Amino acid sequence: MADASLAAGVRLTRTPTPRSRFEAGVKIALISASLVSVLTTVCIVGSLLFETLSFFGEVPVSDFLFGTKWSPTFAGEQASFGVLPLLWGTLYLSLIALLVAIPLGLLCAIYLSEYAKPRVRKTIKPILEILAGVPTIVFGYFALTFFTPNILQDFLHLKVDLFNALAAGIIMGFMILPTIASVAEDAMSAVPQSLREGAYGLGASKLQVSLRVVFPAALSGIVAAIVLGVSRAVGETMIVLLAAGAVANNALNPSEPHQSLAAFIGATAGGDAPTGSIEYKTIFAVGMLLFVITLIMNLISIRFVRKYRQVYE
Amino acid sequence: MPEQPVTEPQDSQEEEQERGLSQRIGARQDAIAGAPAVDGPAAAPRGPREAIFGLEEVQVSYGPKPAVRGVNFDIGKNEITALIGPSGCGKSTLIRCLNRMNDLIPGARVEGKVRYHGQDLYAPQVDAVEVRKRIGMVFQKPNPFPKSIFDNIAFGPRVLGMKGSMDEIVERALTQGALWDEVKDRLKTNAFGMSGGQQQRLCIARCLAVNPDVILMDEPCSALDPISTGKIEDLMMELKQEYSIVIVTHNMQQAARVSDKTAFFTVELDDEEHRSGRVVEFDDTEKIFTNPADPRTEAYVTGKVG
Amino acid sequence: MSATSEAIQAAPTSRRAKDTAFRLALMACLGVSILLLGVLLYDVVRDGVGHLDWHFITSFTSISADKAGAQAAIWGTIWLMGICAIFIVPVGVATAIYLEEYADNERWYNRLIEVNIQNLAAVPSIVYGILGLAFLVRGPLSLGNTVLAGGLTLGLLVLPVVIISGREAIRAVPPSIREGSMALGATQWQTIWRQVLPASIPGIATGVILALSRAIGETAPLIVVGAATVIAFNPEGLDSPFTALPIQIFSWIQRASNDINDYRPLAAAAILLLMIMLILMNSVAIWLRNRYEQKW
Repeated sequence: MADASLAAGVRLTRTPTPRSRFEAGVKIALISASLVSVLTTVCIVGSLLFETLSFFGEVPVSDFLFGTKWSPTFAGEQASFGVLPLLWGTLYLSLIALLVAIPLGLLCAIYLSEYAKPRVRKTIKPILEILAGVPTIVFGYFALTFFTPNILQDFLHLKVDLFNALAAGIIMGFMILPTIASVAEDAMSAVPQSLREGAYGLGASKLQVSLRVVFPAALSGIVAAIVLGVSRAVGETMIVLLAAGAVANNALNPSEPHQSLAAFIGATAGGDAPTGSIEYKTIFAVGMLLFVITLIMNLISIRFVRKYRQVYE
Repeated sequence: MPEQPVTEPQDSQEEEQERGLSQRIGARQDAIAGAPAVDGPAAAPRGPREAIFGLEEVQVSYGPKPAVRGVNFDIGKNEITALIGPSGCGKSTLIRCLNRMNDLIPGARVEGKVRYHGQDLYAPQVDAVEVRKRIGMVFQKPNPFPKSIFDNIAFGPRVLGMKGSMDEIVERALTQGALWDEVKDRLKTNAFGMSGGQQQRLCIARCLAVNPDVILMDEPCSALDPISTGKIEDLMMELKQEYSIVIVTHNMQQAARVSDKTAFFTVELDDEEHRSGRVVEFDDTEKIFTNPADPRTEAYVTGKVG
Repeated sequence: MSATSEAIQAAPTSRRAKDTAFRLALMACLGVSILLLGVLLYDVVRDGVGHLDWHFITSFTSISADKAGAQAAIWGTIWLMGICAIFIVPVGVATAIYLEEYADNERWYNRLIEVNIQNLAAVPSIVYGILGLAFLVRGPLSLGNTVLAGGLTLGLLVLPVVIISGREAIRAVPPSIREGSMALGATQWQTIWRQVLPASIPGIATGVILALSRAIGETAPLIVVGAATVIAFNPEGLDSPFTALPIQIFSWIQRASNDINDYRPLAAAAILLLMIMLILMNSVAIWLRNRYEQKW
């Protein structure tokens, strides 16, 4: 039954009705919400930059970036702001972590993607997700109160301090293992079955197919997984703070305490550094360095993820 | 409820197919000539034909090249107009112009004039939402909402702010959609539990609930079995007394069975191998199927080309 | 035996040995990972289960380890999660709706928003702490070391999780539903509010719970934002000083490592409490997903 208004000619016109104004208002509200995320980045960069520049007003850039002694809390003349020990600590701890996480993570990924039966996969993946969900402070507790005394000292008879880089690094490795494993496994699963079948058809074994066909084909995703893992290792605070000690250290010895960029921030910011003090500013300067390093790695990782998605989709 | 038309699918499938195209046309001619069947008991005398839509040189493009062009015809009130032709000739593209659904596709452009009751549908001050309140659409694959049958039907009236008892509105829509008896005891169950044919009739009833002027159907039966198809074709014949219907169909025989007017589309290849559609002929259905003017039409309706 | 049947007999032993060795190595890797998780859980349970009792949950922290409890930390965590949730749900869902339903992907500013969210998801949590310190605790908002500042900091940290999972949930609703709704004359917002959102709520809820699961265990940002380590009362308002389970755990571990009064069982008991809360949250998420997931 046609609307009566049709007889008088159809009124289809758009006039600013309450409903259309409401729709426009809704859109504005949604855009504002989306700007929160943009604002977050702006504020992070802004606050870091501001205090870092202020920091470099008091400490020369070259002292900071190339100095090898980090003692910012010493009074006056004794204070030393060379960030290299922290950088070294970050690098060293991440290295140990990756020595654990990369082989274990990638091999787990290969197993899940190529070897595991569906039922096994269904049981294992949740376990890895649980490992991924354990809060880092729990890992830190475990590293300090169990791993160092019971495993390293008693079981392996290693001569390590209570606070040492080895324990922190290894446990950090297990923490980032699920990340590497799941991203790498995604990448390997995305490799089309036809590639595998082609190789099997030529008489290749499962080992050969996994390592020589699937692995190279998924390489950009695997690189993305590794870079993501590195990024997480670099940014990790609690495990290092609890288990690796609070001494910035240039040494190569893993049985000694080491401190990372993030751990330094955690150790310092817990106190009540007055705004504008040099202590306060070091938090931001170190934070800036940390942010830039992880930002670069994240951008690289996103690039690689995009690359592997593009190839197969 | 009005009687089933005598000549329509109460016959078995094999009998249908045995009949052959021209015989079916003959049967329709009888019906049009005044047998009390097809137009229902209170058949209005066929007065001057009122045009609901007027299409002049309509051309639709999704990018730089047109998808369909050269569309020139009227769509009449209380008629079923069929758009037929091979795949890719722009039938769906064109029908989506009539209720401005192409607005939802970024980059879609409509040129020429699409007039609805004389008004330019694409004039800048026209509100697409208002258009769709009057021109409803049923899609190729039934798309009920993941809600109860009742809420599916009531959705349109609720968002449009229609007054009146929702129970009555729902019952009336389901009755008009030839579904009431089948679902009246399970209105609160999820619509996904229905069969494909029932879901499509639900979508038609959902469309009817908002009191449209026109119902557009984009290959409504292509995903359905023959029995459901028959039920929907019967439904269309009833509905055309109150509504105007435009149907896109891949099935020539369907067009021959139900429509009053037919537009035949064809696909053209231009110099750069780009495909676009074009309306070749528009006329009374019986003429299109028994005595088409254009050789391309004849080739299609006699099955010489797909 | 003919040459052919010889050829298709089992592969040479050296190759089979390599295959088997590889397979064993793979399973060993998986085994080591699972073993570590198991040992970790065992250690925590062994250390803490004895201490996890009603007294522990209802007492406040104290100089004497025997009397100390986690009540302030428990309530602090609950308050933080509440504030966090109230922040992330509207902001996160609104952002997800905007990006999926309104934003034209060709525009540079919309793509920037997307890339930005991906980046934020990977910024170290301690940097969020610095952000909270500079803007919420001090600086423009000057909220001080309050539970509101803590909750908002955690909210900003996990907001990307809500946005990303919200977008997935919304994207899973088929376009045919939107078309059906628009074809009836519904407006874009009516379609979103009455069709798309209700259908995506299970996915969005799962995402929110995932986000809160992450937030509940975060320590570093709370340290920087000034959560107290010795506090003997529950939060009394948005402007109240506060502590949280992770912070209390951290403080007790530090005291334990100095071998004062053996706080180790306390820390372990608090960790157990935290893990129980996590298990509960994830179970709810799984239940939600199984019960309400829409199969299209």
